[in-house]
Amino acid sequence: MGEKKKKIVKTIKVDLDKCIGCRACEVACSAFHANPKYSSINPARSRIRMVIDELNDVYVPVRAGDYTKAECMGRDKCTIDGKEYDEWCFCRASCPSRELFKEPDSGLPLKCDMCEDDPPQKEPLCVQVCRHDALTYEESEEEVGEEEVKLGEMEIGLESLVDKYGMQKVMDTVARMSKNG
Amino acid sequence: MRYAETGFNLEIDLSRGSIERVQTDPRLTELHLGGQGTAGKILWDRVPPEVEPFSPDNLLIFSAGLLHSTPVPGANRTTVDTFSPQTNLYAHSLFGGFFGPELKHAGYDKIVIRGKSPSLVYLWINNDKVEIRDAGHLQGKGALETGALIQKELKEPKAQVAAIGLAGENRVYMSTIEHSNSSASRQVGVIMGDKRLKAIAVRGTKDIHIARPAELFEICNRMYKEIYENPYCGDYLAHEDDEEWHVNNFAWGNARERVKGYWTKEREEKWKAITESVRLRWTGCYNCPKDCHQAISYPGRQTYFQKCYSKLTYSMAAYKELDFNYDILGVTQEYGLDGFSTPQVLAFAIELYEAGILTDQDLPGFPTDSGERFFYLVEKIVRREGIGDALGNGVYWAARQIGKGAEAFDHNSMKKFEQLPLKLGRINYPYFLMYATGEKMSITQIEGSFPQSPIADKEEREKFVKNWDAAPEKFKKWFLEWEPHQHPSIEASVNIADWNETMHYIDDAIGTCAFLSSFRGQFGGRPPYHIYNLPNFISLATGMDLDTEALWEIGRRNRNLIRALNVRRGLRRSDEKPPADHWKKRDPEMETKLLDAYYEFKGWNNEGIPTKETLDKLGLDYVSEDFVQRGILTENEGNPSKKASAEKEKN
Repeated sequence: MGEKKKKIVKTIKVDLDKCIGCRACEVACSAFHANPKYSSINPARSRIRMVIDELNDVYVPVRAGDYTKAECMGRDKCTIDGKEYDEWCFCRASCPSRELFKEPDSGLPLKCDMCEDDPPQKEPLCVQVCRHDALTYEESEEEVGEEEVKLGEMEIGLESLVDKYGMQKVMDTVARMSKNG
Repeated sequence: MRYAETGFNLEIDLSRGSIERVQTDPRLTELHLGGQGTAGKILWDRVPPEVEPFSPDNLLIFSAGLLHSTPVPGANRTTVDTFSPQTNLYAHSLFGGFFGPELKHAGYDKIVIRGKSPSLVYLWINNDKVEIRDAGHLQGKGALETGALIQKELKEPKAQVAAIGLAGENRVYMSTIEHSNSSASRQVGVIMGDKRLKAIAVRGTKDIHIARPAELFEICNRMYKEIYENPYCGDYLAHEDDEEWHVNNFAWGNARERVKGYWTKEREEKWKAITESVRLRWTGCYNCPKDCHQAISYPGRQTYFQKCYSKLTYSMAAYKELDFNYDILGVTQEYGLDGFSTPQVLAFAIELYEAGILTDQDLPGFPTDSGERFFYLVEKIVRREGIGDALGNGVYWAARQIGKGAEAFDHNSMKKFEQLPLKLGRINYPYFLMYATGEKMSITQIEGSFPQSPIADKEEREKFVKNWDAAPEKFKKWFLEWEPHQHPSIEASVNIADWNETMHYIDDAIGTCAFLSSFRGQFGGRPPYHIYNLPNFISLATGMDLDTEALWEIGRRNRNLIRALNVRRGLRRSDEKPPADHWKKRDPEMETKLLDAYYEFKGWNNEGIPTKETLDKLGLDYVSEDFVQRGILTENEGNPSKKASAEKEKN
């Protein structure tokens, strides 16, 4: 057993009732993660997406979570306050069941990084532009066990490529690409 | 690479079933920016004046604004431009929501639609893949219902859909194009229906590039906060339960009378309770922190979105309480009927019935209650059934089709188009000019930068002017001098009309919402966007070199080009007058002086036609050449003789 360590837990709280459905969160996220920063806008690349069903008054911002290669077994539907939500209103996974949280051109998975990029932001960008406080940010300290190994963006992408093509093929391709310069 | 815009238009010919992706000339962006400006150029080039609005050669153009899909908050208004069967003039409308930005992410700045489909179809634009699809199964479906059905059948919940309802399908002149929480009115839905186009669905996942990204994002991030916190922008009246301003100032019935003493504290409490019981939430448009639209769930009706003063238009036209308005909107929105002109048509029909011009033969089983009558007439109109066929052409044409003196009941149209139900006392100089000369048909699309009324308290007035960043210096001077019950001078009036409309021409080219800019200076004087800060937003997004003067010049160019479209279709001075009874007290001599001064200021001749010199200076040489060729302007001067215009006046 490793020593207990303190860790900052970052939380984005979502208040569905306050959301006006403007999608400013998507715009800001896609701008922040463009390369170079802010150089392009594309909500399809955003790591937060609004699930909207106007006629049923459903407005749910969902942040991209982990990549998973498996489809889920069966689907859920839930009813809250008389409104029916599909499970994917709340699910954060980038998975084969849906298009959500994948780069539109490469299909590589997207994951929210809480805008921990350089320079670090005081709050994730989606929270900064959400003036109605549907999204708010909180930091708290928690004791944790051994430090988890965090996967970087490239590792997440590579993992999905390995799942798709197999390790050998990915390694061969990388080797060939590096040879070609 | 082109910044802020895609550089491509989508050209659809519904007669031939052809689809083309066409690269656009970047020079046109420099001259007109985009949106309404570049749409005006296409209409000029491709729709000659001989083309009837219901001809397959008429174009229906959906344009994203130049700043859509950039981080600039509140840039989301899509413009729709065509020619109107009601006025036989240029028709222009706008709708908010999410459509324009999605279109740009699909890779297009505009959709240019020509021809007529042999059967009802919808357009599906999914990035590079574009299809014209059968819409037979959507015939008669509600406008928002159609959107939801299309999303479902395409398995694309993120597709943005703009659709017409039954009114548009049946070419009702008051029909709208509905999208999400927004509607486009003013004669564009009828052309969509004429082209047998039920809906357009768009899905886009491409990047839009920004010229100077970090700088633009920084000022945008600050702008979210400013817009959110600024109490003078957005539709703040929509958030108020105190409706005194609307019920006291607007006219009831067929735009007939103001009702004094209607508004009481008791009624406010009652109406507030009604609204709160039907409102699901406030919603906003793409990338804007203001929440101007109510999502409404009225018992027995599908969810719909209520915007602007349509909250009261049906109630006031029918002399009913607020719950009636929420109820009937649940029906009319899905039929795709405009909440501004439709109530007047309905009230007009009731007046004709009460005057014995329409009889029980025309209206079999006509109910006695005004509210029930409204529902009855709506059903007739959207199906063009019986008398609904004439009424579906709006007040002006219906009056002439019905005859028997019905013409006398058409008192609130201008250029054949229903105006807001306003009946006021004494003529207002700038408003006279804006009504008379406006190309955008509704005063709400023309007014908005200069305050509607003076501030009596001198100190307050000075304070107002001190914080008035949006105003050029001369307007500050005029406002400081403006005492209650006084008219602004002719010079001031002309300039006020010019500034007001110029800001709309800018908004409608770049796609920013008038509630953040051109419409929102008149109360409070603090619009977040104005002529002084917009050049920077546009420059950083597009890479264009632009300052205040250059932006104003583009506004002027677009204004003159749109004017030219109408002049070429026959618009002249004699058409330029407000509804006859808009003001009780008129001043014909002063009105002539005002119009003369305005035309001169604009560089137009005595007939309201832009002179060759004016056009050439704006780079619109091709317009002046056309005018000379058609004999609209003469070769040397460009002015028709004084005698000729005096004769025309008499007629």
